[in-house]
Amino acid sequence: MAAVPMAETTLLVFRGDRESGKAVEYRVPFAPGMVVLDALHLIQARQAPDLAVRWNCKAGKCGSCSAEVNGRPRLTCKTRMDSLPRDKPITIFPMKAFPIIKDLVTDVSWNFKVNRKIPPFRPRPDVEWKMYQRDVDRVQEFRKCIECFLCQNVCHVLREHGKEEEFGGPRFFVRVASLDMHPLDDVSRASVLKEELGLGLCNITKCCTEVCPENIHITDNAIIPLKERVVDEYYDPLLRLVRKIRGAGRA
Amino acid sequence: MTLAHETHEHDVLIIGAGGAGLRAAIEALAQGVRVGVVCKSLLGKAHTVMAEGGIAAAMANVDASDDWRAHFRDTMRGGKFLNNWRMAQLHAQEAPERVRELEQWGALFDRTENGEILQRAFGGHSFKRLCHVGDRTGLEMIRTLQDRGVNLGIDVYMECAITRLMKDGDRIAGAFGYWREQGRFVVFKAKSVVICTGGIGKAWKITSNSWEYTGDGLALAYDAGADLMDMEFVQFHPTGMVWPPGVQGILVTEAVRGEGGVLRNKNGERFMERYDPKRLDLSTRDVVARSIYTEVREGRGTEHGGAFLDISHKPAEYIKRKLPSMYHQFLELADVDITKGPMEVGPTCHYMMGGIRVDAETAQSSVPGLFASGEAAAGLHGANRLGGNSLSDLLVFGRRAGLAAAEHAKRSPTPTIDSLQIADAEREMLLPFERGGGESPYAIHEELQDVMQRLVGIFRTEEDLRQALSGIEKLQERTARVHVEGSRLFNPGWHLARDLQSMLTVAEAVTRSALARRESRGAHSRIDYPDLDDAWGKMHNVVVKKADTMKLFESPVIEMSDDLKQLLIEESGTK
Ligand SMILES: Cc1cc2nc3c(=O)[nH]c(=O)nc-3n(C[C@H](O)[C@H](O)[C@H](O)COP(=O)(O)OP(=O)(O)OC[C@H]3O[C@@H](n4cnc5c(N)ncnc54)[C@H](O)[C@@H]3O)c2cc1C
Ligand code: SF4
Ligand code: SF4
Ligand code: FES
Repeated sequence: MAAVPMAETTLLVFRGDRESGKAVEYRVPFAPGMVVLDALHLIQARQAPDLAVRWNCKAGKCGSCSAEVNGRPRLTCKTRMDSLPRDKPITIFPMKAFPIIKDLVTDVSWNFKVNRKIPPFRPRPDVEWKMYQRDVDRVQEFRKCIECFLCQNVCHVLREHGKEEEFGGPRFFVRVASLDMHPLDDVSRASVLKEELGLGLCNITKCCTEVCPENIHITDNAIIPLKERVVDEYYDPLLRLVRKIRGAGRA
Repeated sequence: MTLAHETHEHDVLIIGAGGAGLRAAIEALAQGVRVGVVCKSLLGKAHTVMAEGGIAAAMANVDASDDWRAHFRDTMRGGKFLNNWRMAQLHAQEAPERVRELEQWGALFDRTENGEILQRAFGGHSFKRLCHVGDRTGLEMIRTLQDRGVNLGIDVYMECAITRLMKDGDRIAGAFGYWREQGRFVVFKAKSVVICTGGIGKAWKITSNSWEYTGDGLALAYDAGADLMDMEFVQFHPTGMVWPPGVQGILVTEAVRGEGGVLRNKNGERFMERYDPKRLDLSTRDVVARSIYTEVREGRGTEHGGAFLDISHKPAEYIKRKLPSMYHQFLELADVDITKGPMEVGPTCHYMMGGIRVDAETAQSSVPGLFASGEAAAGLHGANRLGGNSLSDLLVFGRRAGLAAAEHAKRSPTPTIDSLQIADAEREMLLPFERGGGESPYAIHEELQDVMQRLVGIFRTEEDLRQALSGIEKLQERTARVHVEGSRLFNPGWHLARDLQSMLTVAEAVTRSALARRESRGAHSRIDYPDLDDAWGKMHNVVVKKADTMKLFESPVIEMSDDLKQLLIEESGTK
């Protein structure tokens, strides 16, 4: 490889644990096409071997490497260094809505508990196993979710108000949407949405949609239709029936 | 003396929560035994999540004349007949049912016009055989299995790494590990243990694999006395990203070629016409990887040392629908719009065909109570794996492993683990903190990657392999003196220090086996022995631990049953 003289970049990385912590400055050489996760790996290899970071795929597919880069929640493996202003240090902090374990690693175990509240896929009895692309397409958007939990991290119901007990968060509304809109699913999750996942607490600010690295239209395509569903089921059983029949007719 | 540590007890302990581990867990649970699953990462982040192109199963939804026999033939030919034929048969026969089952558990595949699961072409498959969801098939698969497992009630120990298997006499008694988060130690007692830990790509510099692929399961099994088989067969996927440097190695799915992508050199020649005029870009991975490498070596490569892969002749909408994540990957990471121009690609270390030697029906290793499936097990793929045959492998043999492990557990009395074994495992883990002055594990890892990349790559020679072996031995000595800083709280340097031991063990096994096999077959290419050798075609290389050193022996390939032999003859062109 050609020996290009390398510029340096300064990063301010949060170092610490639950008790205490501060931003520590590191300087790393800057290479073309480099992403923030590359910079963190360089720091690990040369300067701070115990710097805690999560990652797996380094290709935006596993959702492990979430952090707040210059104050914005992002996947560090998909954030190019050359997309960030370099006249001031790049700050890298852990996701704020989750308890810190160490450095950039947070405790996201709460999410796995929420997931358990969601009734799984169950097909209609005696269903014929045929599905058509147009019906499948409607759901694929939601199934792209890589569980990076960035949407959970920015949702003010969790981030500012700490309503983990009552509220499931956008990721799990997406999850419910992916099950509910499965062409052959036969479960009503309206009461779970209302009672256990606190869908009513969402006031449609769309912060979640803005940060989703998979470009899932969380608010418009998942949350709003689910809200309508809950309304229908709780307040208008007849309308619900009509929709079900129409929905089935389309297939 | 042992420190205070927590203990968990299960009938079946599964190490690894990728497709194989989760499928095994679901099956074992269905047998009514207590199942625990341990994984190094968070649940749902295992390699299986990264699989893109699809899952191979002869469902005959698109090509009506496909059936298990054709899939069996393709698999055997792709593997250059070094496959365990019984595994290849079971795999081809059972894959369609496993895919249908996945669908019934909620997975959503792309569809044909008349509502069936759609299938696409892939290298080495003679029919359109890969069931897929755009280019995120693995995500669909792991999410479906993960949610089903969780709903059925498997206990998952996330971000927990196993460092030793525990034995009671000859048989398996459980495992020892640590929580990555706090660094505390943990002991699992179990009657059966299933290893589903995947591969070893992180020992190479240019790889599509994640940090988890350090060959732990292979090294754990080897240390416990199990056989490792066919370790010389490491697959280099022909198409990884080559530019910019930060993304080197990241996979470009074979689905790009499956959907019509074409490879060209810098002169615009479709060079696969020279190497495999019949199958062209959809030749097997070993052939395509070697062809690209050869083009580059002979001066016909691209500016950054690769080849061009172009799909831009297809409509932009089609590309975005069929290959959405490839489209974004290149746009975001390399500033390339693949609907408008070619990608630059080159070989990347991708998959381990070799692994723990297992019985075809039960997935049991040579150690009683120890099972293995998925990428960690050997046999199905022989000398070279066909794309899409891994995801189906996970389901077919994950299920079989779970079933047999549960049955074994039901027949077995509760084992005991003596505290000496535990104390020894603890001591091993704490040493790197205690000794002063040693090297950083990162430096040793970089050197290992350099050795394997340069000397144990696509083309191999006796001289290179000998040099690699002595390099590995020196690194092993240095690793014994490695030093780590900081505390036990989520400490990647400490974790790497342990992973290095696995990587070095497996790297040694690969190199020794590669040195022994004096022929070229599938993914193993010896410049000094360029041809297939019939004698070697009847032999597996097996390594096993004897008196603390690595012993290598040859073991005959199991003779194929006559009806299957007939199947292979029936069709023309048995090569
Ligand atoms: C980018 C990419 C694309 C691919 N595309 C395809 C495709 O299209 N089709 C196809 O068939 N194949 C594909 N493959 C191959 C396929 O994805 C893998 O071979 C397969 O997923 C391996 O599954 P597994 O269950 O064996 O292991 P994995 O899914 O890798 O799971 C391994 C598990 O073991 C755990 N583990 C490892 N070590 C330890 C330890 N010491 N202690 C505790 N837990 C441990 C890990 O945490 C993880 O949970 C692809 C691979 C890659 C990398
Ligand atoms: S739209 Fe709803 S779920 Fe999304 S961030 Fe706003 S409040 Fe949270
Ligand atoms: S919905 Fe989007 S932001 Fe939320 S977890 Fe999934 S991928 Fe991440
Ligand atoms: S490492 Fe997988 S999404 Fe970033």
